[in-house]
Amino acid sequence: MVKRARARDANLDKPRGLCQSRRMSAEPTGATPNSFRSQPDDRGHFGQFGGRYVAETLMPLILDLEQEYRRAKADPAFQAEFDDLLEHYVGRPSPLYFAPRLTEELGGAQVWFKRDELNHTGAHKINNCIGQILLAMRMGKTRIIAETGAGQHGVATATVCARFGLPCVIFMGATDVERQKPNVFRMKLLGAEVVPVTAGAGTLKDAMNEALRDWVANVNNTFYIIGTAAGPHPYPELVRDFQSVIGKEARAQMLSRIGRLPDLLVAAIGGGSNAIGLFHPFLDDTSVRMLGVEAAGHGLDKEHAASLAGGRPGILHGNKTYLLQDEDGQITEGHSISAGLDYPGIGPEHAWLKEIGRVDYTSVTDTEALDGFQLLCRTEGIIPALEPAHAIAAVKKVAPTMGKDQIILANLCGRGDKDIFSVAEHLGVSL
Amino acid sequence: MTRLASAFAKGRPALVTFVTGGDPTPDATASILDALVEGGADVIELGMPFTDPMADGPAIQLANLRSLGAGTKTADILRIAAAFRARHPEVPLVLMGYANPMTVRGADWFAAECVNAGIDGVICVDIPPEEDPELGPALRNAGVSLIRLATPTTDAARLPAVLEGSSGFLYYVSVAGITGMQQAVQASIDEAVARIKASATIPVAVGFGVRTPEQAAAIARVADGVVVGSALVDLVAKHGADAAGPVKELTAALAAAVHSARKEIA
Repeated sequence: MVKRARARDANLDKPRGLCQSRRMSAEPTGATPNSFRSQPDDRGHFGQFGGRYVAETLMPLILDLEQEYRRAKADPAFQAEFDDLLEHYVGRPSPLYFAPRLTEELGGAQVWFKRDELNHTGAHKINNCIGQILLAMRMGKTRIIAETGAGQHGVATATVCARFGLPCVIFMGATDVERQKPNVFRMKLLGAEVVPVTAGAGTLKDAMNEALRDWVANVNNTFYIIGTAAGPHPYPELVRDFQSVIGKEARAQMLSRIGRLPDLLVAAIGGGSNAIGLFHPFLDDTSVRMLGVEAAGHGLDKEHAASLAGGRPGILHGNKTYLLQDEDGQITEGHSISAGLDYPGIGPEHAWLKEIGRVDYTSVTDTEALDGFQLLCRTEGIIPALEPAHAIAAVKKVAPTMGKDQIILANLCGRGDKDIFSVAEHLGVSL
Repeated sequence: MTRLASAFAKGRPALVTFVTGGDPTPDATASILDALVEGGADVIELGMPFTDPMADGPAIQLANLRSLGAGTKTADILRIAAAFRARHPEVPLVLMGYANPMTVRGADWFAAECVNAGIDGVICVDIPPEEDPELGPALRNAGVSLIRLATPTTDAARLPAVLEGSSGFLYYVSVAGITGMQQAVQASIDEAVARIKASATIPVAVGFGVRTPEQAAAIARVADGVVVGSALVDLVAKHGADAAGPVKELTAALAAAVHSARKEIA
């Protein structure tokens, strides 16, 4: 099926003749029986992963949410409102940028970036929050809750709540509240209540536990805006769909700018929403390889947050996926220099894409990410967040092994203003 | 008749009590379980500690952390259960916990260990009927009861799915919320229990937020059983390894109230 190009995409589609001569549509290929894009199944499973592992109290709401999402997806008015907000409030489409000095320095493949750090609120998180708050309002919910680690999702959620006038409660680990003070203040400015969570280690997974506890107790009026492509079905699917605007735009922009698709996509992975948003529209383009980059922290043999590299399948926070856990199934704490990657699980679709081999996954350490961070600052005048700094570190390794006619597209999913204090600390600079 | 069926067939409502295994230490749990039995509990729920108990309130969250902090392993929980079974051949024992520790070595492994340890039933908080294949078939094949939860959000359309494949008893969670917080309005419990009992062929026990003998008695007038957890766990928190005495005392008061609840109105 050929979808009608939206008006604002028209200028992206200019060299259509070239695309068509290569039998390439600006729209991703539709899902077919053999497609990599037809997951999850009707029970919310991606192969053996995903599912709906929640307390009975939440189950009816999860089923309602799925029904309402199906209706919203089929409703042109919903899509139109989503698109309009992304264009005029978030600032999409985000630019596709060729990085000449970084390319030259690495001496191999051409490096391009999808500039999602230029979005309103400074990261890709807002794409998903816009979609979910529209869903919340469709469902008649009057109160929003969310979890946050680094605070980016909390800020994005507080932003959309302010925009639509809904009360907002953000659960944030007490440790993270302490180390992300600027984002805590931003959330408060935006009118959100920030609840520090002292249970466990006081980080992202504890914040998610507490958000789930609040949700169970306020199930009638409350909508939980989950920040990544994880949690019980339909969250992994709907977060992916809302974030897929990244990959859809990038795909059309690539075809428009140079008439071909990239050879390799690279994105950092905590829960995996920016990565799945970039990857998903390309999954059926067999010529495009993909690389997800986990946080190896102090090293895979030490403390890290690389669930795919160092974890095993298990059940947590509503889904089955790769988890950092001990032999008894107790969840172990992740570690990363990036608070946004510091989570012991990963979205279930990534677990599936790893198992079927469609996407490759690697990991980079805190030190390598810090190098990547500085490399982009120095060569391109862009201060990235520590999350995409992991993607940049992976690009630094892989670009020199590829030919100069090859193209890497990496997702620059957030900007680094929030991270300058922790980077300074790690570099031994006192501000 | 199974141990669970017998516990609900004594001609009076049953008292179901919960404590977290390994809290404060694996060695201290035996005396606390014995205190529950001596106090008059009809069914014992033994909590399997988990790092992320997202359906539990502060009291049981802390109990989980104390237990794991004391080094409690799954093997300890199974050992505690097996020793309990040896000391109390007739008292039904139910494991309650979360999916990951139960399924990490495979559902068949877990079901076989339950049988070996003399465990009668399993309550898994985060496996709803939709994900039953994860654990349900293994337990049923091994002859271990899968005890499901019904909640205020479980409507009439959903109830049959919850009851399908469950046995032992149905655990009605009286409030939409986490353990140990507020208690539901009695009228809502009366209405829900009547509705559920119209469909259920197994006993219905009611829990969440039940702390006092008076609350327990009010519920026991309509339900087949009353579950008390956080109030007992609070005593373990306060008294640690010396909790057996206070636990027995509260259990006795709860048991007297529950067991005689229907006599008062008769």
